[in-house]
Amino acid sequence: MSLAAVLVVMVAAVLIGAFGIRVSRTTSDFYVASRTVSPLWNASAIGGEYLSAASFLGVAGLILSYGVDMLWLPVGWTGGYLVLLVLVSAPLRRSGAYTLPDFAEARLESMTVRRTASVLVVLIGWLYLMPQFQSAGLVLRSITGAPVWAGGLLVAVVVAVNVLSGGMRSITFVQAFQYWLKLTALAVPLVFLLMAWRDDGAPPVTGDDAGAWLVPLGGGKEYALYSTYSLILATFLGTMGLPHVLVRFYTNPDGRAARRTTLVVLSLLGAFYLLPALYGWLGRVYAPDLVRTDEVVLALPQRMIGGTLGDLLTALATAGAFAAFLSTSSGLTVSVAGVIAQDLLKGGVRSFRVATLMAVVVPLGLALWARALPVADVVGLAFAVAASSFCPLLVLGIWWRRLTTTGALAGLFVGGGLACGAVLATVIGGPYEGPAGALLAQPAAWTVPIAFTVMVAVSFLTPDRVPPGVARTMVRLHAPEDLDVDRGDWRPRSS
Amino acid sequence: MEYVVGAAVVAVLVSVPAIVLWRVMRGRRELGTSPAERATFETLHTASLAGPPLRAGLTADGAERASRHLRELLGSSALAITDRERLLVYDGAGDHHAGQAFGHAAATLEDGRTQVLTIDCDLLECPIRQGVVVPLTTDERVVGALAAYGPNASAGLVRAAQEVAGWVDSQLELAELDRSRTRLMEAEVRALRAQISPHFIYNSLTTIASFVRTDPERARELLLEFADFTRYSFRRHGEYTTLAEELRSIDRYLTLERARFGDQLQVTLRIAPEVLPVAVPFLCLQPLVENAVRHGLESRNGVGRIAIVAEDAGAECRISVEDDGLGMDPDRLRRILAGEISSSSGVGLANVDERLRQVYGDEYGLVVETGQGAGTKVNVRLPKYHPGVSTR
Repeated sequence: MSLAAVLVVMVAAVLIGAFGIRVSRTTSDFYVASRTVSPLWNASAIGGEYLSAASFLGVAGLILSYGVDMLWLPVGWTGGYLVLLVLVSAPLRRSGAYTLPDFAEARLESMTVRRTASVLVVLIGWLYLMPQFQSAGLVLRSITGAPVWAGGLLVAVVVAVNVLSGGMRSITFVQAFQYWLKLTALAVPLVFLLMAWRDDGAPPVTGDDAGAWLVPLGGGKEYALYSTYSLILATFLGTMGLPHVLVRFYTNPDGRAARRTTLVVLSLLGAFYLLPALYGWLGRVYAPDLVRTDEVVLALPQRMIGGTLGDLLTALATAGAFAAFLSTSSGLTVSVAGVIAQDLLKGGVRSFRVATLMAVVVPLGLALWARALPVADVVGLAFAVAASSFCPLLVLGIWWRRLTTTGALAGLFVGGGLACGAVLATVIGGPYEGPAGALLAQPAAWTVPIAFTVMVAVSFLTPDRVPPGVARTMVRLHAPEDLDVDRGDWRPRSS
Repeated sequence: MEYVVGAAVVAVLVSVPAIVLWRVMRGRRELGTSPAERATFETLHTASLAGPPLRAGLTADGAERASRHLRELLGSSALAITDRERLLVYDGAGDHHAGQAFGHAAATLEDGRTQVLTIDCDLLECPIRQGVVVPLTTDERVVGALAAYGPNASAGLVRAAQEVAGWVDSQLELAELDRSRTRLMEAEVRALRAQISPHFIYNSLTTIASFVRTDPERARELLLEFADFTRYSFRRHGEYTTLAEELRSIDRYLTLERARFGDQLQVTLRIAPEVLPVAVPFLCLQPLVENAVRHGLESRNGVGRIAIVAEDAGAECRISVEDDGLGMDPDRLRRILAGEISSSSGVGLANVDERLRQVYGDEYGLVVETGQGAGTKVNVRLPKYHPGVSTR
């Protein structure tokens, strides 16, 4: 049953990719067609691309294992959009940039900063893709008994074929549909599970450590307070540095619409993230003995309901999980491949193909070779890298006139470098014991302040490297579109 | 075990940049074998370092960055560069002479001749005793002066200063060339702004006139469409607009054309909503659509079909305008686009092609698929982001 559901999702993805949604319109319908994407659709699409395996499976698993501390994860993943809304979304849209490297070039007028940003985008994308493939492998194993590499390979191949055939590129409506599919795939089984729980006499969380599970910092993790703050910092500030999320903002017609979209995203994500928390809690009641806690969402229907209904609900949840793998992975792959093709290879169709393969193969290799951490932890590391590189670049770039090219470059190198180093050490060699282990597993609390400090300090030291067009760029970033001011004119590239 | 792996990771992270850096440094040192060769290389290298800052013209910033390298080339104790109004930079020993440097250059700026000066200085240890001032000229006009100072103005220093000034002159001329090329490109882009054809205005008005008695309501609507269309096309501000605006104008144009041709003209539009906010050069699609209408319809009897498709393709947007008309001879089209022959039908295409290349670079020119009797399909690629291109 679950296998059939997975196959349906895969085949649907390939078909949509191969044929696209080809709806022709005649001129009489043109005004309908010419209307830009509405904030609700756009926000659903962002949700569809953003809610990855980590949100769909990982959060519930971590809450089951470590207790209420882990509620910070969904809170942070939603709250990141609050920071994005307040500080970044509208100015970023007004800058006209499509990708993060575009923004770096537009603001700092330097190709070196652009290239550095490109490399970071690729690294973050890979780091984010790797756990998607890993959890696909785990899910496929749990439903069919196939070896772990099979699921990752399956998702990787489908994504690569899709992106190469030009489908699922960024069709807003397909991605928007994915959000609602994921929501349904979690919500419908949950309704049945809650009914079963009530019929069961509404049992509370039991066990020896029930008290510890229910209070903050009681989970028995070492350096829990530090880890929690570090996690909050990473998720709140990292969201703005995710490549596949930011490209979506371009679809908004203006800065105002970008803000509205972000607001809708906040509420959509807020609604969605209620569900994994409930799964985690039900899991604690009914399945505290699960070894691979990432699978709790898929295991609960069987345990609590069983029979054909249980099978059906498991199938629905599995289909949702694979939809999550596919939508997030293809969104990321398109973004990463675009950046590789444009900035690191020569550009053009051929480069895009090569870049797509690079974008998929490297994280697949990592997924098969690196040790399996909980999926939400690895995604958290990707957030940490984004928070310590792109967050300072965006926030200072948008709000501080005196940011210099050298300062931005130094900040990206130091912040991104330190965070990447910590991530590599954790993924390849960890987990380590003691305070060093905590610092490496949750690097954001020290790398983010360091990145900001370096960017500001180096900017103060190199006041002559302020980009010449900064005043004009600032006007463009901050003046509302309907204000009639001089935003500069086109000039041929000087060299 | 874990510590070993961790240490290995750190070691790799540290050693790779170190090795790269070492290779770069070593590569530089290995230049040349004999002392003469090495001297030549070093001189050429210094000259190449001084060149780029001067390519922006004679500015304080450029002069300051070039001066160190120029002084190295001359081997003088100090060096000053002035333009006609003020001192741009004084580099080297004896800073207290900086204030006098523009005065030293005054005579040279006046008559454009090289002069050798003796400088009075009360400080015993000051190395600046004599100076050579040479003019910097562009188009046989003195635009500034270069002064080299040292303990004595040997014939060698005079000669070197003249040679270096000549080299700086050529850089400044290149800068002038760059500037005029930029101005030319800007003027061209402005001049290339497509104009709507007088035929279209005439034909639209006649069509509307034909409706005035039979269907006044329709005539009124068409007249309003026409007014909106002309207001958009004649607007003066801004080189760029959004694809949504451009398509709206095309829609008005097609409404007017369909009023004229009725069922003979069938139009299909497939527009991905994701690409509507893309900034595009003003009126860059209009000529293509006009061309398609003319080709699809006027050259044969029957029904003309036109398809306009805009698709999202990652960092780009792909637009195609297709008609099922008579098509063209590819060779002839190539020559029209290259500007070798002029043809009334190809002017719009060539114009759009040129503007796209000017703005986005040569790889973004038009791609036309056509053949005799096979219809025509014009493909345009537009990057979603290009530095300096924005709608407002």
